[in-house]
Amino acid sequence: MLVVTAIAILMMRHLFAVVMLSSVFSLLCALLFVTLDAVDVAFTEAAVGAGISTVLLLGTMALTARNEKMPRNFSPVPLLVVLVTGGVLIYGTLDMPDFGSATSPAQSHLATQYLTQSPHDIGIPNVVTAILASYRGYDTLGETVVVFTACVGVLILIGGLARRRRKDEGGAN
Amino acid sequence: MTSEFILGHLNYWLFIVLMMIGFYIVVARGNYIKKIVGLNVFQVSVFMFYISIGKVEGGTAPIFPLDMNIDPDVVYSNPLPHVLILTAIVVGIATTSLGLALIVRIREEFGTIEEDEILEIESKLQAKENSAEGPSMGGRA
Repeated sequence: MLVVTAIAILMMRHLFAVVMLSSVFSLLCALLFVTLDAVDVAFTEAAVGAGISTVLLLGTMALTARNEKMPRNFSPVPLLVVLVTGGVLIYGTLDMPDFGSATSPAQSHLATQYLTQSPHDIGIPNVVTAILASYRGYDTLGETVVVFTACVGVLILIGGLARRRRKDEGGAN
Repeated sequence: MTSEFILGHLNYWLFIVLMMIGFYIVVARGNYIKKIVGLNVFQVSVFMFYISIGKVEGGTAPIFPLDMNIDPDVVYSNPLPHVLILTAIVVGIATTSLGLALIVRIREEFGTIEEDEILEIESKLQAKENSAEGPSMGGRA
């Protein structure tokens, strides 16, 4: 279903439909995250991916264009690059441990330690929160710095938009 | 290649297919909003890849009972990828919004958000500058 949605995003020319389909894609992802036991990630994806980013995309669409123009010529180069990259990545997964295996490298070192230690160290039921806010607090600090920088960037880029528009209209009169 | 091997790796292949669809949208489509959507698809498939690495067969979400009586028989999935991906989702929306702001500025400057048309306008501008200042700058204005 995810693949069908993604292909529909690729094929659609109408940007409104593309934006809505990307929202659908995010919701389907959130469902998948729930089945993969990542409930916190599912919450965030549903709120951020399906909610905020759809609103942002719609806002941008309202300020710019509604339809995508037909590409003038079809070039095989992107398709080739994508196929080669995909092939190499699939070749890389052949050495990966089986899905859900409890003895894979990802499961064996740090994760067990977090799961056994966090009830004593932090004492809150949700391990994800414990790691996010305490063991890896500096990561979260870095994340907020990134968000702050992005906010400043957005404000600088479109801050003067309304003012410039007014000036243009004033010049035209 | 046994059927067990294929079933154990099918999830990775699904995410790689999704990732490549996103990648193709980014490189092959000229509309900037569509490129951003493609980038989102790419990004989300990487997230799903990470989360699927953290899944343990028969496991449950890594949240203990409220009274903290932890049953040692219950298997919990790996919480570490969840934390990393939570951070990545938020950073992703930050970069997306920055990209969209850039698109709004590009539209204001060029009047279009199609890559072909912008390249055309750029080359016209360059040709004009070349003909105006070409001799003094060696034809490479």
